[in-house]
Amino acid sequence: MAIIIVDNQSYPVDEKQNLLAACLGHGLNVPYFCWHPAMGSVGACRQCAVKQFKDDKDQSGRLVMSCMTPATNGTRISIDDPEAKAFRASVIEWLMVNHPHDCPVCDEGGECHLQDMTVMTGHVYRRSRFPKRTHRNQALGPFIRHEMNRCIQCYRCVRFYRDYAGGRDLNVFGAHDALYFGREQDGTLENEFSGNLVEVCPTGVFTDKTFFKHYTRKWDLQSAQSICPHCSLGCNTTVSERSGTLRRITNRFNSQVNGYFLCDRGRFGYEYVTSDHRIKRPRVRSGSDRTKPGTPEGVPKTLEFAADRLRQARGIVGIGSPRASLEANAALQALVGPQQFYQGIDESERRLLSTILNVLRTGSVPSASLHDAEQADAVLVLGPDLLNEAPRLALALLQSIRQQPMERVDELKIPQWDEAAVRNAVQNRRGPLFMAGHRQTWLHEYATDRYFAAPDDVARLGLAVAGIIGPDAPTISDIGSDVRDLAQRIAEALTHAQRPLIIAGTGSGSQATIEAAANVAWALHRQGKQTRLSFVLPEANSAGLALLGGGSLNDAFDAISEKKADTVIVLENDLYRRADRAKVDAFFDKAHTVMVLDSLEHRTTAYADVLFPAATGPESNGTFVNQEGRAQRFYQVFAQSGDIKESWRWLSDLARAISQDGESGSGVATWRNFDDAVSATAMVAPELARIREVAPSASFRLVGQKFPRQSERCSGRTSLLSHLTMHEPPPPVDQDSPMGFTMEGYRGPVPAPLIPQFWAPGWNSIQAVNTYQDEVGGPLRDEMPGVRLIEPVATNAPAWFTSIPRVFQPASRQWLLLPLSAVFGSDELSNRSPAIAERIAKPFLSLHPSDGARLNLENHSTIDLVLQGTTYSLAVHFEPSTPVGTGGLSLVPEVSGVRVPAWIDLFEAIKTERKRRAA
Amino acid sequence: MMSIWIYARNLVVGLWVVFKRTFTKPVTVQYPEERPYLPPRWRGRIVLTRDPDGEERCVACYLCSAACPVDCIALQAADNPEAHERRYPEFFRINFSRCIYCGMCEEACPTNAIQLIPDFEQSEYARRNLVYEKEDLLISGTGKYHDYNFYRVAGVRTCDKDKGQGANEFPPVDVRSLMP
Repeated sequence: MAIIIVDNQSYPVDEKQNLLAACLGHGLNVPYFCWHPAMGSVGACRQCAVKQFKDDKDQSGRLVMSCMTPATNGTRISIDDPEAKAFRASVIEWLMVNHPHDCPVCDEGGECHLQDMTVMTGHVYRRSRFPKRTHRNQALGPFIRHEMNRCIQCYRCVRFYRDYAGGRDLNVFGAHDALYFGREQDGTLENEFSGNLVEVCPTGVFTDKTFFKHYTRKWDLQSAQSICPHCSLGCNTTVSERSGTLRRITNRFNSQVNGYFLCDRGRFGYEYVTSDHRIKRPRVRSGSDRTKPGTPEGVPKTLEFAADRLRQARGIVGIGSPRASLEANAALQALVGPQQFYQGIDESERRLLSTILNVLRTGSVPSASLHDAEQADAVLVLGPDLLNEAPRLALALLQSIRQQPMERVDELKIPQWDEAAVRNAVQNRRGPLFMAGHRQTWLHEYATDRYFAAPDDVARLGLAVAGIIGPDAPTISDIGSDVRDLAQRIAEALTHAQRPLIIAGTGSGSQATIEAAANVAWALHRQGKQTRLSFVLPEANSAGLALLGGGSLNDAFDAISEKKADTVIVLENDLYRRADRAKVDAFFDKAHTVMVLDSLEHRTTAYADVLFPAATGPESNGTFVNQEGRAQRFYQVFAQSGDIKESWRWLSDLARAISQDGESGSGVATWRNFDDAVSATAMVAPELARIREVAPSASFRLVGQKFPRQSERCSGRTSLLSHLTMHEPPPPVDQDSPMGFTMEGYRGPVPAPLIPQFWAPGWNSIQAVNTYQDEVGGPLRDEMPGVRLIEPVATNAPAWFTSIPRVFQPASRQWLLLPLSAVFGSDELSNRSPAIAERIAKPFLSLHPSDGARLNLENHSTIDLVLQGTTYSLAVHFEPSTPVGTGGLSLVPEVSGVRVPAWIDLFEAIKTERKRRAA
Repeated sequence: MMSIWIYARNLVVGLWVVFKRTFTKPVTVQYPEERPYLPPRWRGRIVLTRDPDGEERCVACYLCSAACPVDCIALQAADNPEAHERRYPEFFRINFSRCIYCGMCEEACPTNAIQLIPDFEQSEYARRNLVYEKEDLLISGTGKYHDYNFYRVAGVRTCDKDKGQGANEFPPVDVRSLMP
């Protein structure tokens, strides 16, 4: 702790910070551009100049850049010094010389860091009368708009895109005052994190193209906290709406999870909410002919019809979903009873999840948050393709490889925020990152060592590493010398690290890799390391569903085929994505009544005899448990339109409809609001007991007031609906959360989940998040970063996994088809967003060139492949990284129903390739 | 005794004031046959104007709706695919039954699109008739400001103005040139 004196006032600050961060942390407004809390200082923009004095006798002082000056004890500075003020005003005047007169048509207007800083420095009138420089723009794909005229050359975009996110296709071109930030030529920005440019850019050079299509100013948006539903990491987002349409997603700072950045799937995948395929009214099919579509029906009649069917049912099967909230799944479980509740995932996935849960519950190593992953100083990835399955974790790993070189930086006494100096000291040194898997991505360029092999061989590598680290861990004797050397190197790097991280996942469908990862982590833990484990799971609430328990989808199929039940309730789940088409068809055919609750039409909803329109994430309250075991709350952003309701509410209504005659309701029928749902869910399993603490309950008030979702300057209140009615209807009442759908309510410091958007007077851009933190870059004030439901047990003797898979042997006619997840394409919901859909690649089969030759195929040819009874048209890609004897199948919507991994006879399965080539 | 004189005097003075008016011109105006003079800057009905080229001036920047103290302006920005990068309001609605004619919207407007004109005759029997949509607000002319054309001074490209063709602009930078 150091004391600095700013304008003759003393402030206690952290001496590891720079002056700019220290001042901002105390709410002192120092303007800046190029500095970013996650990217450090380079001192490029000269905007944060303050005057520093030697001591209290020094009257003249000297100008310093506050972002480049350490906050050492006794530092005496002045922000208000006239000379410093004049300097800052002139810097902004220079920047504005070429800045176009665009604010009215610029999407950044109203949340522009440049606007804020211009106002802060007091530059009001343009004195320059010379012509302005202009630039041509580039088409940068479906996510980002480019308007180079607005650039102020702060270099933040390339520093983020290239240095932080590992992108290669954005750069700075040109010279002197004609710098150009863009691609070498027009084209889509390739990096999976390009959307962050919108927030990183202090002005409107990079703006959100999806937002542009239904643009609204920030002050008009009604916003609330949400949790990204598109992968298992549970990144926090701020979801914004106006007049019934979802408008955009921005990053929401959570110090333990996503920090300052999101991936593009999370940022641009929101438009499924406004899809044309939304189910808006309940539908009922009273006849038994499933080829006929259901007819739209009113809510009371639908409930009556459904309750009638449920009363007559000989048994009910409830199928839950890993993309539905914990509360919705618990409601279904309560309605049908725990014995009849099935998780809605196939058997192998359920087994993997329960293994992972066991490892985290009974093992000694805790799971890693994304923040932990960033801090890890040695990482071993066993299996998952992080860039495609959990992109934000890949971004965290790009930061983790800086951890070990930082030791050298500390030795040289270079402060960690001094980015340029750090880069100079680090040069090309990278911390250990070992990646094993069956697919190569650009992330592998940052790896110390890569190993491409079938999942069983990946697991064997892991077990070999564990054997080397921990003498009592089971080890492998029959192993090739090159793999042994690699295992030796990995073991050495991991044992030299302080905070090693082991990552595995369910993506490759391999139990053995998960067990191997656990063995490595436990072996390291016994060495006294601060080890962390991270498992990449398939979907947003996979962990929550696993905590609830229940059989797999196959068990549900059996329950129907064995005639234990004749009625099915499917909760937010497309079964055709999870099991063979024939099996699901047979399942539905045997079921007398199929009830489906979902938000979007898909193959399963077409079968529904009763279809309930369910709310999407931004239209409902709920809890997700992410891959770390962290329960996080998402809040309803806007009132649902028409008959749409949260799934748990439908199920509760249904339970009431069933019990209407005679006995008073019990269980889910007594749920009246979201607090009831949370309380009941917390009782289901002992680990879920703490989900009540995740966020403030609906009865939480400050000064007796609720909390507004709208800004103080939200406009159009008396005219937005005046074309429909002159009577200005009252805003919808929110019984489920402490927030209201209004501008009215408590304004002031609130617990972080209740912050609608980051905003502070004078700080209209998302950089206002600084004003919500006590220490810049640290946790938010009153942060409730979610609750970790699973903590490790203190145990000394790990229960080693002892089963060792055999070496993968390519078969003569059979190939092991492995899943290749796609960041754009493999997630069910985001696929329905037009911008994401534009980025989905054509389906392909990747093969090792030698396998391709064996199959007599040509690279980039098109084949028809018959898989599990369906023919798919696929492109053939020869990838030397694909292990021999395996094939990779890209999981895009066209092939979403295929069950992989699976052994396939490709000679048999490839049908028409030769014909096509002949033609 | 004294008070009688005072009463009488007051009576006479009062009557004199009244009688004096008999010979002066009346100030009453025979509205609506006779119209009062209203200066051009008088704040009455709100209109949306067009630029000198005849295109809509409004670029849907939302500043008027933000400035409106009674929140009676609502609009939605849209992009015209034919006119590249030229924003316009998809709808623009003013609820005149709420409007207080304060002129804040006109002050906030960066393109001189929204203007208050000296027309105050907005009496209706039904309140809903006081809700004006864009078609009702948009006039054919430039209103009070004849020459201003926002897109001539803005940096964005439009269908009829390429980069560098705006007022006071250099031609676009050739990034591949190394010339100083």
